[in-house]
Amino acid sequence: MSATQPQISDNTLQAENGLDQYLTFMLAEEEYGLDILRVQEIKGWDGVTPMPNMPDYILGVINLRGTVVPIVDLRKHFELESIPFDKTTVVIVVRVSDEEHGERTMGMVVDAVSEVHNIAKADLKPAPDFGGAVSVDSIMGLVTQDNKMLILLDIDHLMNNGVLHSLD
Amino acid sequence: MSLDLSEFHDVFFEECFEGLEVIESGLLNLDQGTDIEDINAIFRAAHSIKGGGASFGFSEISDFTHVMETLLDEMRDGRRTVTRFTVDLLLESVDCLRDMINSAKDKTGGDQPRIDAVKKRLQEMLAAPGDTETPVPDAGEEITGLADTEADNQAAGWKISFKPHTDILQSGNEPIRIFRELSLLGELSSEADISGLPDLSELEPGNCYMGWQLELYGNISREQVTEVFDWAHGDCDLEIKPLNRFKTADIAETQAAQAVAPVASPAFEDKTGSTSPRAETGADIDTRRDPQPTAKRKDSGGGKESSSIRVAIDKVDGLVNMVGELVITQSMLSQVGAQLEGVNSKMIEGLLDGLAQLERNTRELQESVLQIRMLPISFSFSRFPRLVRDLSSKMGKLIELKITGENTEVDKTVLEKIGDPLVHLVRNSLDHGLETPEKRRAAGKPETGTLRLSARHEGGDIVIEVIDDGAGINREVVLHKAIEKGLVSETEELSDQRICNLIFEPGFSTAEQVSEVSGRGVGMDVVRRNIRDLGGNVSIDSQAGRGSTVTIRLPLTLAILDGQLARIGGETYIVSLVSIVESLQMKPEQLSSVTGQSEFYRLRDEYIPIIRVSTLFGMDSGMTELKGGLLMVVEADGKRVGLFVDDLLGQQQVVIKSLETNFRQIQGISGATILGDGTVALIIDVPGLIQRHFEGCNRRKLRLNAVA
Repeated sequence: MSATQPQISDNTLQAENGLDQYLTFMLAEEEYGLDILRVQEIKGWDGVTPMPNMPDYILGVINLRGTVVPIVDLRKHFELESIPFDKTTVVIVVRVSDEEHGERTMGMVVDAVSEVHNIAKADLKPAPDFGGAVSVDSIMGLVTQDNKMLILLDIDHLMNNGVLHSLD
Repeated sequence: MSLDLSEFHDVFFEECFEGLEVIESGLLNLDQGTDIEDINAIFRAAHSIKGGGASFGFSEISDFTHVMETLLDEMRDGRRTVTRFTVDLLLESVDCLRDMINSAKDKTGGDQPRIDAVKKRLQEMLAAPGDTETPVPDAGEEITGLADTEADNQAAGWKISFKPHTDILQSGNEPIRIFRELSLLGELSSEADISGLPDLSELEPGNCYMGWQLELYGNISREQVTEVFDWAHGDCDLEIKPLNRFKTADIAETQAAQAVAPVASPAFEDKTGSTSPRAETGADIDTRRDPQPTAKRKDSGGGKESSSIRVAIDKVDGLVNMVGELVITQSMLSQVGAQLEGVNSKMIEGLLDGLAQLERNTRELQESVLQIRMLPISFSFSRFPRLVRDLSSKMGKLIELKITGENTEVDKTVLEKIGDPLVHLVRNSLDHGLETPEKRRAAGKPETGTLRLSARHEGGDIVIEVIDDGAGINREVVLHKAIEKGLVSETEELSDQRICNLIFEPGFSTAEQVSEVSGRGVGMDVVRRNIRDLGGNVSIDSQAGRGSTVTIRLPLTLAILDGQLARIGGETYIVSLVSIVESLQMKPEQLSSVTGQSEFYRLRDEYIPIIRVSTLFGMDSGMTELKGGLLMVVEADGKRVGLFVDDLLGQQQVVIKSLETNFRQIQGISGATILGDGTVALIIDVPGLIQRHFEGCNRRKLRLNAVA
């Protein structure tokens, strides 16, 4: 079903003083953030239909009000230790844009959503090359909030280059 | 009043493309003989494009169309005979205009040199005296040609006969407003015709009974005059004649004078012009237009539509989706209802009755909604007369194109995607199939070859055939090539049918010479792949020396599918009923294996390879013991295989959802659907699965070879 997705205009959610809003979520004690304008909805974990011959981090597809949406296990994709899904396990449904394909709706399973932070672009520190499971290009930057480090993700790069293209 | 015109642009572009199609098909009809109706239809379409172009600020388009229109006007008036050369040039102009509209649509720059070149040639042709067939005029006439165009538009004035219909006032058209606007253009004199006035007792105050003879003097173009009447189209009878035309028969002579003084002045007045019979018929331009666009299409398109509305495809797709959801909800309710059966209660009975009715209504609703997306295949076929005409003249072949069944309806998406494969097949027939007149004569065939395009419904499919009576496929050449390319082994016994269909294999091209027309790297394998992507198949049958028949079979719609639900490895999958031959329980004595790797089931003297779908899909759950298990025998591309499934569930019509929208294509899966319980089930792509299976076998073979 192509229910018109709520189009949040850039202005309404942008705090007055040039701050961007980020939704943060937990993943193995680490806090990650993504541009809140990309978040379509957050829903509880409710099982998937697996797809053949997929890497383990692609769990399968779900029916999101008539649309077939793929679900990525972010823990597995980041090569973190897997934990059983429980009550707090959520799926963040995001809109990913790709120059060639246009917009996709995809879901990612995370441990729990945390909060919404107002962050100024200028406060972002580039991520050092850490040689982990995720390309440094998928990370928009690091920022410190309340003495905690937030890892802000570039959701387009993460989903396109990190997830989809890795299937080829 | 400021209007944002940009929101109308899309509609304008769409109308332009429709108009261009009308022009193109009209021009192609002219090849078969001049019909004034065709010319009128062409003219009207060109006029609409020009008018729209000017209204929406696409002056390039309107300027270009104006030149075309002027030429068409001459043809319409009989001042210019219709020659192949003029038709060719106009067809080229249509292409050029299409590019211009496309680039206006994409907001990119057009191919300006080409536009200028075509426009220049049009102007050159206009400059050439109408009734000659001299294609290339000399440079001197070029300038006068321009003047001629102007002459038509800039007579010293216009005589306008304006007879409003009695109900014109009701549409908000006020003749006085029109006169006021006209008087802004130049000096206006009017004479009212009150002969139609009824007696006072019968007079309806809201009606208009009068007519007017107007004379408008001044340096005014015809467009300026017709523009004033634009809003009154359909509400009046309108005739606009130049007041003092030049004798059109003598155009060539007067041109010189025109060139010196392009703006006609009263000194050039030539009363005889308006009385000469030719000029009379020529200059009486009936600008009456049909009030409704549908009616307009009716007389240009052969009357296939009675009335219609234009709806954005998104809205229809939204509706199709919603109905899809409804079907899912309905089947969900049916499942719940089925559990209630047997419970003895009046209320439950009523509920079950209601559910049964809901099911019927939903099914009907779904069918009607899908019907909205259906369009006649003529939308796709219409490009071929032009293509065949251009290519046959380029290749020096005589080819007659016969189209049948163009009103066969098919889903819009199928229609859009079948275009390119069809073009390829037609090109192929023209290039490789049909022979030159000399060769045909030598073979004792009529010099003119026939290419037949036909479409018809057969079962739930649409069948499209491309038939030529050309040379056919040379089996030896094909077989030789196939062996050379390693597609088949030398010892293999192949049926004629099989050999012909080898041309659809990847990397196959029999053309000894790669020509401009076909054989540019896009092979028949691409055609087959495109058709398979649509859930159809293609095959060829050929008799050497007699011709070939390519048959394409496609599902009517890509939106729904009759499916068999099957449980494989703990998951529910759907297999299209069309591809299932039969399903059976395997008897142990009919199972066999080769090298312990490949397993076969003997079914009536045929050994059918068994595909363990769960293994192929990389799932480790599900049944592993073949004995007593269920085998679903499926067929694709003439290959039969058995799919080993855990369990067969029900059959149901499912709404197909693309996986590519939010994910990507997966080999062996053609899409997904949502079942009654709200979960997603994947639809198995049988040809893809078979291909994957055999690729896997080959890979295993290679690996074994490597180990050895």
